[in-house]
Amino acid sequence: MTVILNQSFTGISIGAVLLLIALGLTLTFGQMGVINMAHGEFIMAGAYTTYVLQKSISGAGVSLLLALPLAFLVAGAMGALLEWLLIRRLYTRPLDTLLVTWGVSLMLQQLARDVFGAPNVQTRAPDLLTGNISVGGITFANNRLFILGLALLCVLGLTLIMRTTPLGRRIRAVVQNRDLAEVSGIATQRVDRTTFFIGSGLAGVAGVALTLVGPIGPTMGTNYIVDAFLVVVVGGVAQLKGAVITAFALGVLQSVLEYSTTVSVAKVIVLVAIVAFLQWRPQGLYTLRTRSLA
Amino acid sequence: MSGIGISRRGLLVSASALGTTAALSACGAKTGSGTSSAAGAEADTSGDTVKVGLLNSLSGTMAISEVTVHNALLLAVKEINAAGGVLGKKLKPISQDGASDWPTFAEKAEALITDDRVVATFGCWTSASRKAVKPVFERYKSLLFYPVQYEGLEQSPYIFYIGATTNQQIVPALDYLKKQGLTRLYLVGSDYVFPRTANKIIKAYAEAQGMKVVGEDYAPLGSTEFSTIVNKVKDAGADAVFNTLNGDSNVAFFKEYKSAGLTAKSLPVLSVSIAEEEVKSIGTQYLEGQLTAWNYYETTPGAANTKFVAAYQAAYGKDKPTSDPMEAAYISVYLWKEMVEKAGSFDVAKVKKASGGIELDAPEGKVTVDGATQHVYKTARIGRVGSDGLIEEIWNSGKPIKPDPYLKGYDWAAGLS
Repeated sequence: MTVILNQSFTGISIGAVLLLIALGLTLTFGQMGVINMAHGEFIMAGAYTTYVLQKSISGAGVSLLLALPLAFLVAGAMGALLEWLLIRRLYTRPLDTLLVTWGVSLMLQQLARDVFGAPNVQTRAPDLLTGNISVGGITFANNRLFILGLALLCVLGLTLIMRTTPLGRRIRAVVQNRDLAEVSGIATQRVDRTTFFIGSGLAGVAGVALTLVGPIGPTMGTNYIVDAFLVVVVGGVAQLKGAVITAFALGVLQSVLEYSTTVSVAKVIVLVAIVAFLQWRPQGLYTLRTRSLA
Repeated sequence: MSGIGISRRGLLVSASALGTTAALSACGAKTGSGTSSAAGAEADTSGDTVKVGLLNSLSGTMAISEVTVHNALLLAVKEINAAGGVLGKKLKPISQDGASDWPTFAEKAEALITDDRVVATFGCWTSASRKAVKPVFERYKSLLFYPVQYEGLEQSPYIFYIGATTNQQIVPALDYLKKQGLTRLYLVGSDYVFPRTANKIIKAYAEAQGMKVVGEDYAPLGSTEFSTIVNKVKDAGADAVFNTLNGDSNVAFFKEYKSAGLTAKSLPVLSVSIAEEEVKSIGTQYLEGQLTAWNYYETTPGAANTKFVAAYQAAYGKDKPTSDPMEAAYISVYLWKEMVEKAGSFDVAKVKKASGGIELDAPEGKVTVDGATQHVYKTARIGRVGSDGLIEEIWNSGKPIKPDPYLKGYDWAAGLS
């Protein structure tokens, strides 16, 4: 029984990581139809932000808390810049965004290598986050609880923005019908850029979270980009709930399979399951008419 | 992926994605095409200097590890030249960049032999690169000195293996664990040739020696998700973990390990690919108290090592640690020098013939070349990571162990090779 509970928590915590890294993509890919291969490098930017902060501020806890908003801004600014420089010219050609952003991602990796060096670096986690809480035989690792909380907070924030703010309404309007939104007086270009800013910023936040579980390096983004796309594609190119459900479902599935088989076998089964699922529901869990991928 | 001290076994890592980048950065080197006649392959010993080849990845994903080896090789060449050279001739190091790309290694090896006509080559790290250059050195009958511990089960008439083979690292590590009463092992490794081969050997050993392997897990190279594996380790009732993970994954693994409340006291981890450089980058707070198995540590006592560490840090920086593969690279040049001087000639056949019994007071202690296998007698050492990030030796085999790449001297290993 404890095994099952322990594994469920592990699954949920893997799901939380997946959700965090995919959350930004639900906006940029899910809502805007931009296949942004540089999303992983925005994650990396968030992680390096944490590293730089920790180098300049001694307290691990303080620097982590400061890193959250700062990483959001740094990655968000990079995203907005990318949108302004390149992506806005390619909105009608989603496949080209893949190639262009792939090139950008390679450049950003090389840039990180030049600035921070090829060897990966580490941050120190605050002491509070290196321990665990044990309740009735179940171990809750503190860093995982933190990531879970952070993911839920981000989902909540994003939901509120999309549901209640004028910006959210405008984003949804542009996604559903760009032309009609345009003639209704919405500055679609500005909406695009803001959406991209938020989506990329969320990648930065994910990067901060990832410093708690693994190394920070120029290629760390490539480790996560595929998983992030999986979540968004399976979740359906639509609202957040698809991503939330998919992330946790994949996390639990992965951890349960891993426990009973091996890591590689579990990965294979999960991928086969995803392929089978997409055969049955090519549009993913939830759908919404969008510009390019409906 | 491209991490800290990716270990030699390394990393097909990102071969696909980074391969392109690595290939692009392997700029401007000549290839050995067109000069493959046997005459062109003859080493050039006519002048006052002879050329030696240094073949390491100076770019790409392996550069982090291999540059340190390259540095150690250059240091040895410089020292030998300062002391008068070999047979009265100065050594001229020719560095070629393998660029972390195995076909490039083969190409550059051929260029060193046929264009530069080197008298011997030193280098390679990953088993993949070694396997790629092996046929080249055999075809041209030229010598390679390989400095990194590896998975054994290989022998080539034109390669000298200066790093440990399994019976000089893994087997003594198992003996040590058994002596400590840690007999229930959990094996964690990267999904790659070295861990799989090593674990095959460990399982055969365990079966014969009354130890028990209670679990075995492999994570894809570069994987950073270890929560389930750590849960499994925790539930399996193991006494110790035998860790053959590569580079980066170690960071995630040890972070997760600590988060799960496991410590070096409650469930020790013995690692075979974490050296001083890696300890530094993973973080001492995650590794303190954990065990490693190597033949050399920066802290290994002895005048030869004091001299080596001082010379290395004088040349490359005070904060630069020395490690096992670097030490093996360093002594490989000296061993070659001894062989040449004993043979009285640079001729490969004569050097090979003179190699048996060559001894050296190395930083790691006394080493002797085994002429039959072209491996080296080495002392096995178990170390514990200290709070200062250095590894302190807690056990050694007392005397150098005879190399046995095919584990022929062990009954339990009968079915392995």
